[in-house]
Amino acid sequence: MIPVIARKLVSLVLTLLAASFLVFAVTEFSPGNVARKTLGPYAPQESVDLLYHKLGLNDPLPVRYARWLGILLGLKADPLQDPALKLDFVDPRGDRYFGNFGYSSLYKASVNDVIWTRLRATALLAGLAFAVIVPLSMLFGVLAGMREGGALDRTISVFGIVATSIPEFASGVFLVSIFVVGLSLLPGTSPLTTDTGWPIWTQLVLPVTVLVLYDAGYLVRMVRGSMVDVMNRPFIRTALLKGLSFRSVVVRHGVRNAMIAPFTVILLQINFLISGVVVTEMVFAYPGFGRMILDASLFGDISLIEAATLIALMVAVTTQFIGDIGYALLNPQIRLR
Amino acid sequence: MTAIEAPRIREKIERPPSLLRRLPTSSIAMIGLGLIVFWVLAALLAPYMPLDPPNKQFYTAFSHPAPSAQHWLGVDNRGRDILARIIFGARRVLTVAPLAALAAYAIGCPLGLAAGYYGGKVDAVISRVGDVILSFPIIILYVILISTIGPSILNIIIAVVVASGPGIARIVRGLTLEQRHLDYVAAAELRRENAPFIMFVELLPNCRGPLITDFCLRVGYTVITIGILGFLGLGLPPPDPDWGTMVREATVMISVHPYMSLFPAIAIVSLVLGFNLLADGVRELSMRE
Repeated sequence: MIPVIARKLVSLVLTLLAASFLVFAVTEFSPGNVARKTLGPYAPQESVDLLYHKLGLNDPLPVRYARWLGILLGLKADPLQDPALKLDFVDPRGDRYFGNFGYSSLYKASVNDVIWTRLRATALLAGLAFAVIVPLSMLFGVLAGMREGGALDRTISVFGIVATSIPEFASGVFLVSIFVVGLSLLPGTSPLTTDTGWPIWTQLVLPVTVLVLYDAGYLVRMVRGSMVDVMNRPFIRTALLKGLSFRSVVVRHGVRNAMIAPFTVILLQINFLISGVVVTEMVFAYPGFGRMILDASLFGDISLIEAATLIALMVAVTTQFIGDIGYALLNPQIRLR
Repeated sequence: MTAIEAPRIREKIERPPSLLRRLPTSSIAMIGLGLIVFWVLAALLAPYMPLDPPNKQFYTAFSHPAPSAQHWLGVDNRGRDILARIIFGARRVLTVAPLAALAAYAIGCPLGLAAGYYGGKVDAVISRVGDVILSFPIIILYVILISTIGPSILNIIIAVVVASGPGIARIVRGLTLEQRHLDYVAAAELRRENAPFIMFVELLPNCRGPLITDFCLRVGYTVITIGILGFLGLGLPPPDPDWGTMVREATVMISVHPYMSLFPAIAIVSLVLGFNLLADGVRELSMRE
């Protein structure tokens, strides 16, 4: 098991490197833009030229990527803190430390000063949504899958399809129209401050609901499919024939076996969730990570885009890793190669 | 000397009726198909319907923008007729979404077939590269790509190919691996058929069942993607109507005139629902075989 985990870890790091290189290549494809975008449209041309040379933007892409990696790992000093650039940027952490993501041209501050509060806000939103999605979809998935083709199965499956057909921004519009405009029960924006007169928890209800609606629809269908498979296996019939009640067959034999396959899907769901978070945060003006990525992309804040995508990728790849390992541990029939 | 033609024996093979023939037996598939046909007809007939020009601003209607006899679904925050914009918007989304999904299939299918058929190093390279792209949260990939290369119909198609090509390749690879060791492939190899023939003429048609379902789902998801990009401000360039952009522009008015964003949102949902229901019906039918 240990060498398998080690090999998976190596491939995880390689995937991260390849993916971050891809992002780097896309965002820094035209080097002339990098200096101009970092300093802003009103910076004097001399500063831009100076930065162009300081960053070595003439070098080929792999060299520049290696340099970025060096700064990130704290092996190289960040050239942006040079006073000659008139950027007025001083990072209190120094110019050489592990996890140095550089300078955000959008927020005019160190990326590390911006990113973590945003990430915490998003973790709250995604965590709450996840805590609702998993038990909810397991419950409905099992209920639908235990009697394939029954009335309950039909109803839940159709609801599942409808839920996955409503993109987050559309369900956001529907929910806001009903609960904010129509009934005035909840706030329509979620700035996570109390000066709008709404307590924080009320601001979380609609964003969490939007995320749950879209993602649970998909997960319910996955759990249902797995449950249907299990209920058709011979050991279920044996259990029923030996006189166990349907209820205990479902709970003791069915659910346990049906949970193995969706386990990976549930963890992959985090990737979906991050995607959904971008849109949901946009709908409710939520001060989170996803909206920050969008703002950074629209503004052209290269360092922030690179940092944020790297973190998002780390979350995604790590959960997939945990999913793979957990899957193998749960199911003794599967041996990792 | 005349060539002697060997008499070809063609026995009638009893086949179950084709999927298309059995489609009416699935009510879910028919509802889905109905929704799609509705939008396709609306898109095709848009220029012949008595609609207002989609980009014309009605300043007189602006004081009473709510749905009325003149403007059935009302006018938007610039005084443009919402019904006309939704119907003309259908033209756009119904060309771009299927085209993008087809393009993704045109790239993903050969890659998946090659990975599954050749195996070994070819498979390793294709699968690894695919894994890297699949490790991205998909919307983030779209946002980075489109904000860099700019929003246009071609660029959105490129982004869809990049983002969903690897997923298609993975599915096709899995299906190819299931079929790879069956007798008919061995027979074709024995006849000395070349590799592309085996992949595209022998293997691909036998993988079609799950791929038809996946294609429907993917078109639906592409409709969502185009909507999301529009909503995030990365949609197709104005002023021509785009459903996602319509929702985005109308959300500033949502507390006063919620219908402005509700109608285009309903349009997106109904079209996506059509593709998803059709996919589910087809999947159920092909499993009953």
